[in-house]
Parts: sequence; structure tokens; C-alpha cells
Amino acid sequence: MKQDSFIYYTLHLADNALILGHRNSEWCGHGPVLEQDIAITNISLDLIGQARNFYQYAAKLMNKQNAPSPNGKEVGGEFTEDKLAYLRDVREFKNCLLAEQPNGDWAQTILRQFFFSTYQFYLYRQLQESHPDEQLAAIAAKSLKEVTYHLRWSSEWVIRLGDGTEESRKRMLNALENLWPYTGELFVPAAYETDRMDLKNIKEQWAQKVKDIFSEATLPYPAEGWMHTGGKTGMHTEQLGFILAELQFMQRAYPNSEW
Amino acid sequence: MPLQDLEKIFQDKIDAEIKIEPKDWMPEAYRKTNIRQISQHAHSEIVGMLPEGNWITRAPSLKRKAILLAKVQDEAGHGLYLYSAAETLGTSREQTINDLHSGKAKYSSIFNYPTLTWADIGAIGWLVDGAAILNQVMLCRTSYGPYARAMVRICKEESFHQRQGFEILWVLSKGTREQKAMCQDAINRWWWPSLMMFGPHDSESTNSEQSMLWKIKRKSNDELRQNFVDMIAEQVKVLGMKLPDDKLKWNEQTRHYDFGEINWDEFWNVVKGNGPCNKERLEARKKAWEEGKWVREAAAAYAEKRKPQTPKGALEAA
Amino acid sequence: MNYLKKFYYGDIPEDKGGSNELKDSSKVSSSGGASDWPLWEVFIRSKQGLDHKHAGSLHAADAQMAIENARDVYTRRMEGVSIWVVESKYIHASNPDEAKSLYEPAEDKIYRHPTFYDLPDEVKHM
Repeated sequence: MKQDSFIYYTLHLADNALILGHRNSEWCGHGPVLEQDIAITNISLDLIGQARNFYQYAAKLMNKQNAPSPNGKEVGGEFTEDKLAYLRDVREFKNCLLAEQPNGDWAQTILRQFFFSTYQFYLYRQLQESHPDEQLAAIAAKSLKEVTYHLRWSSEWVIRLGDGTEESRKRMLNALENLWPYTGELFVPAAYETDRMDLKNIKEQWAQKVKDIFSEATLPYPAEGWMHTGGKTGMHTEQLGFILAELQFMQRAYPNSEW
Repeated sequence: MPLQDLEKIFQDKIDAEIKIEPKDWMPEAYRKTNIRQISQHAHSEIVGMLPEGNWITRAPSLKRKAILLAKVQDEAGHGLYLYSAAETLGTSREQTINDLHSGKAKYSSIFNYPTLTWADIGAIGWLVDGAAILNQVMLCRTSYGPYARAMVRICKEESFHQRQGFEILWVLSKGTREQKAMCQDAINRWWWPSLMMFGPHDSESTNSEQSMLWKIKRKSNDELRQNFVDMIAEQVKVLGMKLPDDKLKWNEQTRHYDFGEINWDEFWNVVKGNGPCNKERLEARKKAWEEGKWVREAAAAYAEKRKPQTPKGALEAA
Repeated sequence: MNYLKKFYYGDIPEDKGGSNELKDSSKVSSSGGASDWPLWEVFIRSKQGLDHKHAGSLHAADAQMAIENARDVYTRRMEGVSIWVVESKYIHASNPDEAKSLYEPAEDKIYRHPTFYDLPDEVKHM
């Protein structure tokens, strides 16, 4: 049981990185300026890389355990990163709702990235420092370097847009209204993450960082308010189904093939 | 100094393989030809992101997804290097991009064809990038310094592009019946358009002669096309696939492959804007640019507010 | 606000055959419109101990962004460990017309090069 919950947790980390990386990858070729097209794609590549590390590790654990898949469905053969990414359905994905929210305009993408990178930054730091599983701590340590840059990049853009023109500020406020209700879930522990992670501590650091950057961006820090939850346990917004329809199309249409 | 002397000094330099640099005197037509060619090349990289880009979200494995994303991102980088090279000749990036959006500037017609299946991503890497690389390797020795330097960097980075394309097809060619069919179908659809990438026959190419004299181009369209056919006709055997040309045949005398005639009606039609995706491609670029306007303005406004500003670490930089 | 574009130093005076057209186009393009960010030159140190070397250019709204863009654009393949950026308009360049007077005088100072000196073969390590 304990091992199951550890596998779930690893999948949760992987799903977060994959879904956000996938969302960011939708920008490739459509960015507001060439230099930033390249920048957001770099972040996307980092996230997909993180997802692969977590999936590979989860697959290894699952194979070792020789257990049926966590959702009790037979996938055939050994677990691989691709089977975990491409053959699970919406209810089995454990990413936070924030990651699957649509790109919207550049302001919404930036703010989503900033919220998420701040979260990942403190989360990975805690994982690296205190998680007893060496492999997970090692993946977190590697990812932390990437996330440190994502956080810096997205913070600067939040400030630029918040304190840029009237229009950019308006768009940031709009993005804030859309995304804020999805930030609460980051800190509501799912059953599989209660034992080791101190989410309360992460939440405090997250709030402080967001307050600091918002104050520089002249953006208001919203009241806590009503928060959506459920992503961590597979209760997603309708967005995820469409993401998976696209993401998984090839593996579903041509099962059991090498690519 | 009289104009004809300047022209002589200029041509002597070219003949002596001395690169022309931005500040050097150059004939206006040389400048214009370079601007036209470099910006066309830049636009091709940027528009070229779209047909492949639309498979990023559907790539069949995480590994392929990462590779494709990195590859399409490289194209953005290459566009950027080339826009910068064009800027050394007196055109701003914004102006160059406006010319693309208004339809005044062209880009490679190949990107007006649709990517229908995953195998198309392989075919583009193998055939389209393969054709582009022949052209680009030649351009590493082009006479205008900033263009040549951009091309050296691009060629270095491009080397994985063609290989990843071939590898995609290679895996398909060993796969299921459906995958093999997908592979052959993509080759059928991309073969002729990639031959068209080299442009019209030498006898009909208006810009070629002067460009050769100025060493902007160093090989003719037909020469490069023949190199390409010779190369691909061999590689396709490894895949166990066929090129869709009955006339393709090794010629002992010329030591080259003979091949059939290109459908030039199709070529000119696509150039004129009647290709399957001309409209979508241009619309997508315009949309990105227009929707990015407020972003660019906001960043500029913010930078203006914070001026003068010394970046952290600048003082101890040296 | 008038950004001098990079081509300022590649510009050809009319009396030397540069056309009017360029002047016209430069008027349009050097308006420094808010949506065309200034151009920056990027210099990259490829590893500790080496000089920064010119890598290319890019557009950015400010210095911070220029450094980050340079990181994203020019170091995707581990090409660097340190980055300098400078706005292109601050680069001053020597004039190629003066190349003769600037660089040729060094040509006959061959005694500045070690190979100029003829030493007996027995002398080692010099």
C-alpha cells in the first residue's frame, strides 16, 4: 500500500510536468516574438524531460513490484514511460488542475508558468533536501536547476506585463482572475502525498514569493477565496480530455507499435 | 573614388575569396540580392516551423515529442540568425516580417504542403531538410560574411535534423503493415515538392547568373538538384521504399541518376499562392505577430520605465 | 526615441553609390517603434579561461531579457559559460576605407615576431 502511494506520487509529479510541458509546447511557432518562442519552448523541453525521468522511475517501480497497474487495467508487457503517458485516461491522470488550463494569451501562459514554477521550485527543493528516496531526490535536484531559471524568467515577465502598459496590466488581471482559483489545489495534499511532504511550508514560501513579485508588478494579491480541487485524484476540468485526445492519438490509433 | 573603381575593388575581393562585411562598400544590387535571399531564407525557417509544429502535440512517444520540439525550436533559432544577418544590410526585422505578411516576400513553397501523418515528419526531416542542407552547405561559403557565418552555425545545428527524419522513417519501414504504408505514402507525397525546392531550371532562373558571379550562390539549381537525387536514390534503398518516379535510373555514362521531369505547373501555382496551405501558413504567422504586439509593446514600455538600468553583474563583467 | 540600427555602420554614403532607397527604408525602420525591440550583440565565453567571442545578435526589450534570450538562443547546445550583451548602437566600428592606414603599417614590423630572430639550434626553450 505504501509502495502504491509512492508510485502514485511519482506519477503525480510526472503528470504535472507533462501536461504543463504539453501546454507550453502549443506555443512553438506561434510566440509573440521569435526570442520568446524559443524561450517558452526551452521551458517546455525541460518539463517534458522532467516528466520522462519521473515516468521512467515510476515504470521501474511498477515493473519491480510486478503489480497490476495502479488503475487495475492491463496494459500488456512491461510498463514504460510511454505506456504511462499515452495509455492512461483522464481519471488516472494526477496532475493539478492549474497545469491543464488553456494557454489563453501570453499573460495567462506567463502567470500559469509563474504560479507553477514557484510551486515546483519549493517542492523540488524540499524533495531534494529531505525525501528519503534517493532517486526521487536526485530527479528533483536536477529539475530544480531548470525550474530556478523558469521561475526567474516567468517572474520577470509577470513584472513586465503587470507594470508594462495599460493593456498588459488589464490582461494580467484577467489572467489572475482565471487562474487564481486553481492555485489552492497545489497545497491540498492528496492521500498519496501526505506522509512525507510538508505542503504547509511550501504554501507559505509560495505565497511570500508571489506577494513579492506581485508587489513589484503592481498587481494585487487576491484574497484566498473559493478554490477548485480534484486534479490530484483524477477529477479534472474538461480541458484534460482534449489534451489527451491529441497527445495520445497515435498510440491509441496504432496500438503496440514502435515509433 | 569613382564608382567603377569601387566596383572593381569589390569584384576583386570576391574573386580572391575575401568575404564582404557590413561596413564594406558594395553595389546596391548586391545588397538587395542578399537582403532578398537572406530574408527569404529566414522566412522559410519560420514558416517551416508550422507544418512540423502541428505534430508536436501529437508525436507518438515522449522521446519523439522532445526531439521534434527541439528541432522546430532550432528552426526558430535559424530564422533568428538569418534575420540578424539581414539586419546588417539595412533592413529591420519588423520591416522584413512586414514584407512576409504583406505577401511581398516569399518563402520556400515546400511549406505550403500539409503534414497529414506522422510519417510526414520523417519525410520532411529526410527529404526537405536533406535538400535544404545541400543548399546550406554551399552557403557556408557565400561571399557575404554575416550570411556565411549564420550558415556555418545553422549547418552545425542542422546535422541532427536530417538524421532524425531518416530514423523516423527507418523505424516505420520495419514496423507494421500500416506503418510501412504510411512511410511510402509520405515519400510519395514529399518527393516531387522537395525536388522543386531547388528552384527552376538554370536556363529559366533569372537571378542565378549574377549571384554566381558575386559568389552569393556557388552551385546552380540543377547541379544541387542532381546531387540531391543521387544521394536520396541510394538512401531510399536502405528503407526498402520506392521513389515515385518511373524514370529514375542510374546512368553509367554520366555517373548520375536520370530522373523524370518536375511538374512545373504545380511549382508555379504553389509559388503564386495556390498551394494547399499557403493561406493557413501566412494567416498563422500574421496571427502570432498581431497577437504578440501588445506583449512587445508592454516589454518596451516597461524597459523604458526602468531606464537607466545596469544589469546585475555588469560591473564586474570584465 | 531613435534607435540607431546596426546598419548605421554599414550604411553607404550616397556619393559612393549607395542608393536613396536605403536611406528611405532606414527612415522607416529606425523609428524605434515600441514593438520592435532594440538589437543587441551577444558575446559568449565558451569555457572558463577563454575570451568572450561574438556569437550573433538578437532583439530584447532590456539588458536582463537580452541575457536570457542569449542564453536561450545561443547556448542551447552547451556553447557557453558566460554571456555579455551590448546594445548594437553602442558598438563603434573602424572604417574599412581607412584599413590601409590603420593596419598596413604593422606589416613591415616583422621584428615583432619571434620567427624574425635567427638563433643557433643549440638554444632550447626560447
